[in-house]
Amino acid sequence: MGGLSARTEDGFVPRTREVIAARVDRVADGVVSLVLVTPDGSPFEPWEPGAHVDVHLGGGLVRQYSLCSSPGDLSHLRVAVLDVPGSRGGSRRVHRELSAGDTLEISEPRNNFPVRDSRKYLFLAGGIGITPLLPMIERAERAGREWRLVYGGRSRAAMAFAGQLADTYGDRVELVPEDERGRMDLGAVLSLPRAHTLVYACGPGGMLRAVEELCMGWPPGTLHTERFAAAALGPGATSGPFEVELARSGKTVSVSAERTVLEAVEDVGVRVLSSCRQGLCGTCETAVLSGEPEHRDAVLTGDDAGSTMMICVSRAAAGCDRLVLDL
Amino acid sequence: MTIAPAGGVITLPDDPFSPANITDPYPMLERLRAHGPVTWLETCGAYAVAGFEEVYEVLTDFETYCSSGGLGPRDIRRDAGWRPPSILESDPPVHTVMRRALTGVINPATVRPLRERFTGPAEEIAGELVARGEFDVVKDLAERYPLRVFPDAVGIPEEGREHLLPYGNMVFNAFGPQNDVFADAFAHADAHSAAILRNCARENLDDTGFGARVWERVEDGLISAEQAALLVRALLSAGVDTTVFGIGNTLACLSRTPGAWAALRDDPSLAKFAVDEALRLESPFQKFHRTTTAPSVLGGVAIPEGAKLLLFIGAANRDPRKWGADADRYDLERQASGHVAFGMGLHQCVGQPIARLEIELVLRALAARVETIEPAGEPVPLVHNVLRGFASLPVRVTPRS
Repeated sequence: MGGLSARTEDGFVPRTREVIAARVDRVADGVVSLVLVTPDGSPFEPWEPGAHVDVHLGGGLVRQYSLCSSPGDLSHLRVAVLDVPGSRGGSRRVHRELSAGDTLEISEPRNNFPVRDSRKYLFLAGGIGITPLLPMIERAERAGREWRLVYGGRSRAAMAFAGQLADTYGDRVELVPEDERGRMDLGAVLSLPRAHTLVYACGPGGMLRAVEELCMGWPPGTLHTERFAAAALGPGATSGPFEVELARSGKTVSVSAERTVLEAVEDVGVRVLSSCRQGLCGTCETAVLSGEPEHRDAVLTGDDAGSTMMICVSRAAAGCDRLVLDL
Repeated sequence: MTIAPAGGVITLPDDPFSPANITDPYPMLERLRAHGPVTWLETCGAYAVAGFEEVYEVLTDFETYCSSGGLGPRDIRRDAGWRPPSILESDPPVHTVMRRALTGVINPATVRPLRERFTGPAEEIAGELVARGEFDVVKDLAERYPLRVFPDAVGIPEEGREHLLPYGNMVFNAFGPQNDVFADAFAHADAHSAAILRNCARENLDDTGFGARVWERVEDGLISAEQAALLVRALLSAGVDTTVFGIGNTLACLSRTPGAWAALRDDPSLAKFAVDEALRLESPFQKFHRTTTAPSVLGGVAIPEGAKLLLFIGAANRDPRKWGADADRYDLERQASGHVAFGMGLHQCVGQPIARLEIELVLRALAARVETIEPAGEPVPLVHNVLRGFASLPVRVTPRS
């Protein structure tokens, strides 16, 4: 998320904490990076690639920014903020008024753009949309996955982290500065649907609409996007563990970030039918008796989303620390 | 044209389409696996893929192992098939659009209401058969029940329903070679095809069934009218035979495993697991082909581009490396989830929830009424190129007191 999102969540108020902006650096034309630390130097809670935080900028201004530091290093968090002409205040404030040492309030990290494990990844970034992809790339690299990034922006100087990405990862990163090479040729990148590949795209609305259109022929569940726009965000998934109560079996299991609900349920010996384990076939559909699921499958339509979930991929929504399932 | 195998692969003389291997496939499947997950079948001019892991890999890598070469032994990209390619014989991006149209029509929300509609007929047939005491699972139940409920769910007219089973028989037999079995299935091909195609037309479908809902996707602009007709055809060709054999095979397993029947009778919520384990052990759809789009290495074997792979679902679902040393046993306690009886990946059976529902409802209807079930004579295996099932399966039941 590039920071234009208003706070439009369904009544869900995340916990917040005070942080200090340890560093405020200009990392590209019009892009400032904030390195945030806790006042007592204690580490932050774990978070997953794709997560964002609400940043309370004072005067009632709350903006959401994707975390772009390393999820493996919890000594600090980093967000990058684009200076948007005509901004409603958030980016102006960060760019004009914030300086190192200032205190801010941020929410706990939440994730509306979670990354599923996959053999291969295609990352597509437009402008400041690179931010949520950075931790994803790091995760993919560390896990030894095959990946490729195509990153477009106005000019090389305006593309945050471009040099660092190219230096670190070489030809797996394709930079497309518009003033040198024209716009990203998404048609060429996406023309042939690939197997075992997930596509993660973040950028301006026009780019994402084009990506969505071009991915119509890719397998369902392939494309994952995050928009800058102020679309109403669901609460996202919590990064922390959550409890699942199995009403019929009388058991309760804790689901850590690394496990699926299905795996956790199987671990305690409760039988569930499943098949694809990728949120595609609908076989593991389970009735939700209470709690709010965060749906990550490609099967459920909006109509059923309240009452059932595909436990092979879906999780608990942020703010919901207990799901009760009819198992 | 046959692609000759590269070096380093074991060549086997077995003919998976011989009458003996059709009627009892499992000794041959064990032999295939014993020689490695991937071998070369001289009689077929195709690589045999018999390991679970390797079958799973082929099913999920649509890029390397394409479907547009056809599910039969011929490469229909070079050599036209007997009918316009179906959704099963397509790859992304063409496949994705058709699949999206179908998934929009058949999904958990649209299948859920069928449970109530499909329960009455299952109970009615079960009640009648239990009163009889002895019956033929195939003729009296497995062929009757899907034909009672499924055509109504699709919304086709009464007229011409007698062509559904013969047409399905043609479609699936064509995934094998043009042998005597194929010739028998295609004896009245034109009449069956014409009748099915008539029922795919919008004007012949009622307004509420899955068929009409597929056609609505044409109005949405998602698919063309030609594609809509092909998708309704896919429902009609894939939605009956497979379920017939699914019901037959499940009851074959249960009738020869008295302990499993007793457990199911005492706890009918086990029905869906009983179905899953039966589909693993006696998978109705036993084998079909894929075609390589590039050289690949599978199970340690180098495979050239343009080669045909014959996937043995029945072998994968009994692979001891995946299922353990007792993979050949029907075990109601087994976690059978993840088997490939419905395929896997993009082409995984879209009608899976309907098939599972139909078989489960049959089991529940019987479990409520039947104390014991046992074979009442030798089952007669079906002679079919790729489907595994029985032409006749006599059983004797005692009613619950």
